Amino acid sequence: MSKLTVKKLRVDLGGKAVISDVSITISLGEWICVIGPNGAGKSSLLKAIAGIVPSSGDMFINDVNLRELSHRDRACWIAYVAQDPIMPPGMTVFNYVLLGRTAHLKMLASESQMDFEVAHFVITELGLEAFLDRDVTTLSGGERQRVAIARALTQASPIVLLDEPTTALDVGYQQEVLELIDRLCKEKKIAVISTMHDLTVAGLYPNELLLLHHGKIYDAGKPDRVLTRENIAEVYGANIEIISTNGMLAVIPVRPQT
Amino acid sequence: MRTATARRTPGWVWTISAVAVLVTITLGVCIGAVYITPTNVWTALLGQFAASNPSLSGAQETIIWQLRLPRVLLAFVVGSMLASAGCAYQGTFRNPLADPYLLGVSAGAGLGATLVIVNSNVTKNFYLPVAAFVGAMAAVSLTYFLGRSAISGRSSTALILAGVAVASVLTAGQTLIQQQNTDVLREVYTWILGRLSTSGWNELLMVAPYILICSYVLLRYRRVLDVFAVGDEEAQTMGLPVSRARGAIIVAASLGTAAAVSVTGLIGFVGIIVPHILRLIFGNSYRSLLPLSMIYGGVFLVLADILARTVLAPQEISIGVITALLGAPFFLFVLGSSKSGSIT
Repeated sequence: MSKLTVKKLRVDLGGKAVISDVSITISLGEWICVIGPNGAGKSSLLKAIAGIVPSSGDMFINDVNLRELSHRDRACWIAYVAQDPIMPPGMTVFNYVLLGRTAHLKMLASESQMDFEVAHFVITELGLEAFLDRDVTTLSGGERQRVAIARALTQASPIVLLDEPTTALDVGYQQEVLELIDRLCKEKKIAVISTMHDLTVAGLYPNELLLLHHGKIYDAGKPDRVLTRENIAEVYGANIEIISTNGMLAVIPVRPQT
Repeated sequence: MRTATARRTPGWVWTISAVAVLVTITLGVCIGAVYITPTNVWTALLGQFAASNPSLSGAQETIIWQLRLPRVLLAFVVGSMLASAGCAYQGTFRNPLADPYLLGVSAGAGLGATLVIVNSNVTKNFYLPVAAFVGAMAAVSLTYFLGRSAISGRSSTALILAGVAVASVLTAGQTLIQQQNTDVLREVYTWILGRLSTSGWNELLMVAPYILICSYVLLRYRRVLDVFAVGDEEAQTMGLPVSRARGAIIVAASLGTAAAVSVTGLIGFVGIIVPHILRLIFGNSYRSLLPLSMIYGGVFLVLADILARTVLAPQEISIGVITALLGAPFFLFVLGSSKSGSIT
């Protein structure tokens, strides 16, 4: 079983460590969600794993050292969707999703029939057939996110990093995207590392949470272990109650007593 | 169910393009101080039938072969190169206003040429293209170096600002040299404003190899140009070696531009006008934009050249004046329409 192991990861930005001493292990089929207040280093952590910000520390998939791989080989292992993916004006959904095959093509090669079929398969799988010829800039927030995820899946990498996949979405789209990610983890056996803002939602889907505080892991483990009143008060400086019903958690903000 | 294929440019587009190329080239050879009918032009061009057409005189044949045809073909390859270079710059920098002008390529070539023109001791015909070429490559290298080191190659904006800065410095240098050598001002200006009038087969043969190779390289990168559209970070996570690919595209586009500029002088705006009209019609995918820019860049410059030699006939206007007159309003139009976010 493939496994991504990150050890003692450190990211320095502007002479300051924004991530230090972070270690993560994730197996295929798992979903780890990174939570933490603004500026805790969630996005930097994902970008470091994606290889787009310089970092130090070990990064291995099984015994493959990610740091020794070319961009292309690395992309065959790890796909990444930015928080607000750039949707190129005038590009169709199909062509956008097809870009995901870049990692599997020599730089100057054109796509083969197989690449078209992979893109088409993913589009069908995600229920996006109706959008094939749509200009990507005309999509709604939820559709954009699904199309961006489709691009990442077309890359066919076992590990997918999603930076705030639901932040810009209202509750309906949010649910749609989260259910999709959950299904992909379970059915396609991909490993997902995402960041998320909404603590209740973070408690609902992922297998494991990673609570970041000033770039360090403050707590990690099952949602019911990490999402506690004490943790949230300490890291977010927020006053909350945790309500647990049928094994589901809800994080409720509480106004301070006056 | 739809078959799984990318949307391709339909076949009729290429058919129309081929017709457009033939028609413009024919017009370019027909029109001029002496009008020659299309029939005569093609008789001359197809050579062996010349004897069968009594209306074709020997003088006409000379005009076609020695004056018009090399000029028209040169206009075509130069226009083609400038448009595809503009298109390639726009793709790599994700900036619809990118153009050989913007990166200082043209200014570098201008400075190089000016240095040769004012220095009357050297053989101009030989050194002028070489100096323009060296100046252009030096300018684009400087721009690339400054823009890249400014913020480690992660943003397109820094590179373009660096280009503007480099162009300003080079233009200032050029103005200074001109002021100190007012006797050759006219010659410098004629070169800067662009000229095709004195071009013959020699010029065409000199630049054609560069332009062919650079065009071929750019064509091979047309899929990569589409990948750049998602931004540097994501392109990298998708497996594109962003800096290396961008470097290769810039070198090919700049080398081609420098070759073009070295024989025809500075012809601006072709790289903005042509790709943008094509964008409006065919969408933004470089898979079709790049080859279409090559075709219609050539068509555009041949037509502009016809204007240049007919509007004030028998006097000729510099072709750079024509492209600037058409291009500047267009530049503003693109600037206005791209405010809403396509410049990133």
